Amino acid sequence: MSESPDVKVAPWTGPQRPYDILKEGTIALVVVAILTIGLAIVFSSPDDPQVTVQQWSTKAPIDFAQTALSELNGTSGTAQYGAPYNTASPGQKLGPFTLAKWLGATIPVNTVRDFVIDPLTDQPPTPTLSAALAQWKGAGAGQRTAWLDAYTKASSKMTFANGTVSVPTTAAGPVPVMINSLEQMARSGALDQALVTQSGFYTSNYTLPLLFLADGSYLGDLAQQRHLLGSQWGMMNETGSYPGQAWLWLYTFWYQIPPFSTSTNADVEVSAVMALLSVLLLLVPFIPGLRSIPRWTRVYRLIWRDHYRSQSA
Amino acid sequence: MSSTEIDRQWTTRLRHRLTRRLPPEKVLPDTQPAYVASWIYVFGVTTLSALGVVILSGFILALKGPQWWHVSGVGHFVNSLHLWSVEIFFFAMVIHLWSKYFMAAWRGGRSLTWVTGVVTFLVSIATAFTGYVSQTNFDSQWISTQAKDGINSTGVGSFFNVLNFGQMLMWHIVLLPLVAVLLTALHVVMVRAKGVVPPFEDKPSEEKLLREKEEAR
Amino acid sequence: MAETLLAALVSLDGTGHYFHWHWIDISYANLTVIILMVVVFVVALFLPFPGRRNKKETR
Ligand code: HEM
Repeated sequence: MSESPDVKVAPWTGPQRPYDILKEGTIALVVVAILTIGLAIVFSSPDDPQVTVQQWSTKAPIDFAQTALSELNGTSGTAQYGAPYNTASPGQKLGPFTLAKWLGATIPVNTVRDFVIDPLTDQPPTPTLSAALAQWKGAGAGQRTAWLDAYTKASSKMTFANGTVSVPTTAAGPVPVMINSLEQMARSGALDQALVTQSGFYTSNYTLPLLFLADGSYLGDLAQQRHLLGSQWGMMNETGSYPGQAWLWLYTFWYQIPPFSTSTNADVEVSAVMALLSVLLLLVPFIPGLRSIPRWTRVYRLIWRDHYRSQSA
Repeated sequence: MSSTEIDRQWTTRLRHRLTRRLPPEKVLPDTQPAYVASWIYVFGVTTLSALGVVILSGFILALKGPQWWHVSGVGHFVNSLHLWSVEIFFFAMVIHLWSKYFMAAWRGGRSLTWVTGVVTFLVSIATAFTGYVSQTNFDSQWISTQAKDGINSTGVGSFFNVLNFGQMLMWHIVLLPLVAVLLTALHVVMVRAKGVVPPFEDKPSEEKLLREKEEAR
Repeated sequence: MAETLLAALVSLDGTGHYFHWHWIDISYANLTVIILMVVVFVVALFLPFPGRRNKKETR
C-alpha cells in the first residue's frame, strides 16, 4: 500500500467530544422539510401543458402537412435516423465505432406505414380516401416515388385554406388526398389516438407520436421561445424562470465548443467525454496528482483550523 | 455438535463480521473525534434529509398516479415539494462532494466510501432525468425527444427507450430510487464503520511512522 | 379553493431571463443556484462552529 499522505492516515487516538447523531439527523430533516415547504409555497413549480398533434396541426397546419410529406417521402429526421428505429443511416460514430448500429434497430419505425398509411386505414372509410389508399397500395415503388416527387416539387407552394391543404400539381396521384386526410384526422384529434393505440387498447408508449412531433418545427419553435434548445444550453433549463438541472452544466457545455459544436457525431462524442470524466471522478482516490490537490490547496487547514491551532498550542 | 462447527456456519461468520466491523457504539455513536468541528460536515446529513423528503413527496405523488398533479391544486403543491427537495438534494450533494474532496476524505481505507458516493451521484442524475421525462407535460415531451439522440447515439437507446413513458416511469419510481437508496445506505454504513477521516498529519514524525510499522507487523 | 391557497406567492412562470456572454448562456435562475452553492460552501468553511468553545472542557 502506498505511503503517500494522500492515501494513508493513522487512526485517530486523540480526544473526542460529545455528539448526538440522532439529534443532528432530526434537526437536519426538520430544517430541510421546512425549507422545502417554504420554497414550494413561495415559488410553486412549472407545468407547461403538453402539446398534442391536434394542437400542432391546428396552429401550424402547413408545418404539419410538410412533416407528413417528409414521413412519406423519407426525408424526415425519423425516416433517416438509423438505429434504433431503422437502418436508413449508420448513425453516429465514435471514431471507428458505430455503437448504435451494432445494437440494431430494436424499436422499428416505418414512417410511411406507422405515421401515414396505418392511421389513415384505421379511419372510417370515405369513398375518396378508400380510393386513394387503394391506388397507393396497388402501386409499385417506382410509381409511388414519381407521385411523391411531383408533390414534393410543388410543396413549396403549399397553401392551407378552408380546412384543406392544397398543392398545385395534378401528377401526384393519391398523395394530395392522403396528406389532406391526415391533416383532417390530426385536426380532429383522431391522429393523437391512432398513433398511441397501434399496439392495442392499453398503452404507455409514446414513441410514435413523440417522434412525429419532433420531426416538425412546431415543437422546436415552442422550445426555442422557452430557451430550451441544445444550442441555448437548454439541457440545464426549465420552462418559465425556474432553476433547472444545473448539475448538467458540464454535459451541455461540451456541445457549445469546438470540435463538438460543429461535429455530426457530437452526441456520442460528448457522451464519451462525460463517461471518461465520470470514471476519473470515481477514481480520484487512486490517481496521483488529482488526489494531491486537496493537500496542495490547503483548504483543509480552514476546515480543521481548531485542530491545528490546538496542536501547535 | 462442536463449537467449531457452529463457528464455521455462514450465519455465525456473518454475525461475527458485522459485530466486529459495526459495533453498536459505531452505528449509534455518542462522541465524535475533536477535529469534527466545522459547518462543512453538515452537508452529508443535509443530502440524506433531502433524499428523505424527495422520497416522501414522491410517495404522495405515487398514491394518485402520474396525471394527478396536472388537475389538482394539492397535487401541484406536492409536485412543488418534490421538485424543490430535489433541488436541495443536488445543492447539498454537490457541496458535500466538494467538501469531501478538499478533505481528501478517501484517506485511511475510505476509498470505497468515495466510490459509492460518486456512483450515488451518477445514479441520482439518472433518477432525476427519468423524473423529468415522466412529467407528462411539454417539458417531458421536449426533454425526451432531445435526450433520445444522446442516448441512442451510444446504443443504449436500443433497450432504454426514453420515448416510452411507461418504461421511464418504472425506472423513475422503482428501479433507480431503489438503487439510489441502497447505495446511500451502503455509503453511510461505510462512514460509520470507518469513522470520520482524521486531518492531514502536520509533519509525520519518524517516531510515528516507526510505531505504525510495528503495529502493522 | 385549494388552487388559490396553494398558488405561488412569487410566480416564476413568466419567460426566463438569461445571462449571455460570448458562448456562455445561462438562466439567471440556474446562475443564482450555482452562485448560492459557492457562497454556502465558503460560508461553511469560514463560519465558526458553535461547539468549539466547549472543546477545552471535554478534552
Ligand atoms: C445521496 C447522496 C449522498 C448522501 C446521502 C451522503 C451522505 C453522507 C453522510 C451522511 C456522510 C457522513 C457525514 C459527513 O461527513 O458529511 C457522508 C460521508 C462521506 N461522503 Fe457522502 N453522501 C452522498 C453522496 C456523496 C458523494 C457524491 C460523494 C463524493 C463524490 C461522497 C463522499 C463521501 C465521503 C468520502 C465521506 C466520508 C467522509 C469522512 O470520512 O469524513 N458522498 N456522506
